Amino acid sequence: MPYPVEQNEKFAAYAHPERLVSTEWLAAALESGAVANGELVVVESDEDVLLYETGHIPGAVKIDWHTDLNDDVTRDYVDGEAFAELAASKGISRDSTVVIYGDKSNWWAAYALWVFTLFGHQDVRLLDGGRDKWVAEGRDLTKDKPAPAPGNYPVVERDDAPIRAFKDDVLAHLGKPLIDVRSAEEYTGQRTHMPAYPEEGALRGGHIPTAASVPWARAAAENGTFRSREDLDAIYLGEAGLTAGDDVVAYCRIGERSSHTWFALKFLLGFESVRNYDGSWTEWGNAVRVPIVKGAERGSFPVAVGV
Amino acid sequence: MMTTQALPSALAAIVDDFQALSEPERLQLLLEFSEGLPELPERLTNHPELLEQVVECQSPLFLTIETEKDGSTGSATAFRLFFKAPAEAPTTRGFAGVLHEGLDGLSAEEILSVPDDMPELLGLTRAITPLRMRGMTAMLGRIKRKVAAASGVRA
Repeated sequence: MPYPVEQNEKFAAYAHPERLVSTEWLAAALESGAVANGELVVVESDEDVLLYETGHIPGAVKIDWHTDLNDDVTRDYVDGEAFAELAASKGISRDSTVVIYGDKSNWWAAYALWVFTLFGHQDVRLLDGGRDKWVAEGRDLTKDKPAPAPGNYPVVERDDAPIRAFKDDVLAHLGKPLIDVRSAEEYTGQRTHMPAYPEEGALRGGHIPTAASVPWARAAAENGTFRSREDLDAIYLGEAGLTAGDDVVAYCRIGERSSHTWFALKFLLGFESVRNYDGSWTEWGNAVRVPIVKGAERGSFPVAVGV
Repeated sequence: MMTTQALPSALAAIVDDFQALSEPERLQLLLEFSEGLPELPERLTNHPELLEQVVECQSPLFLTIETEKDGSTGSATAFRLFFKAPAEAPTTRGFAGVLHEGLDGLSAEEILSVPDDMPELLGLTRAITPLRMRGMTAMLGRIKRKVAAASGVRA
């Protein structure tokens, strides 16, 4: 049974207010016993694999992007069977309301939410502001790991096409809007990885031709919550030049930061067709016979060859 | 497969402990190392400029070394290691904790003898991702370079 949706003025301005919850709302839901009795499943998903263990929201279960959601043999996400098993083991049923939160302004939480959406999980929401806001507000944390009653999750085939783009999809998409969410230095080709992150071996630096540069963090305020509808409209419709109804592809380096932007475009601004290119720069930057643009200009398509 | 023979005894013991465990238990042990990482002494907390950032780590990690000299000869006898990493980066803290417990107080020769790929021996690569392991490798590399520079011994 879906748990009631939060109503507030900020969320009401978004296209899909039902996709966000505030820390106050979650604290009240905890207080009411909704998490303890399984009406609401809270999931922590962090970049740091040990962070959950240092203390988490009471009743929250952990899903790790790397060990739980990836299949490192096929360089893909887990299949329907593995996802069903994972979800059930975390007390999640097909009709569960799931609230995901995590570190770093919800990068990995948004990524996990995107993977849940690949499997068509209907009611999955983000905690606005994520782990940092919850901690900053001095709210309860515990090291007690819950042992939820197993959920009832059917084996559902992953449906990638609506929200996931592969390299060939991006090649076919060229000419339509692309959002590059990496840092300015990565976009121009000055560097191929995030500042302070190790080199991951992209051979070329630059961006996909015609992509607009909107670093992911522009969508977040200082406290990690999403910016208001008005601010987001100004950034993505104003500066980046998107138009309502556009078919958009977002990408970054490995697809995690762009999940955050995917969430903002899809659920906050209401773009129907937004895909995350998870191969992102680690694939595109190394791929044979795909064009790139260096420098701050977006570049054009078709790309002039041999000049 | 590398053996632990070449490692200083404290570090070899840590590696043995990790290798004897299952993967989830290894993560738990790394968490304990993150909790056990000593706080910086006051003379360093007041002087952050004395610490160097290891930029390869995914979370902010700062470290420095100090030399303990023999009173009569003035030659370096032991190196003390100091690390700073935020509580919200337990994996990075855990790696720092392993290196602290394994290498603090050793001689230049002992520290420089540690193979550069020693972090691989902990058996955490799958759970933690190769990217993170490179952060720990970078931490070890930075310590070795600093020790080599301070002792005049080639790394």
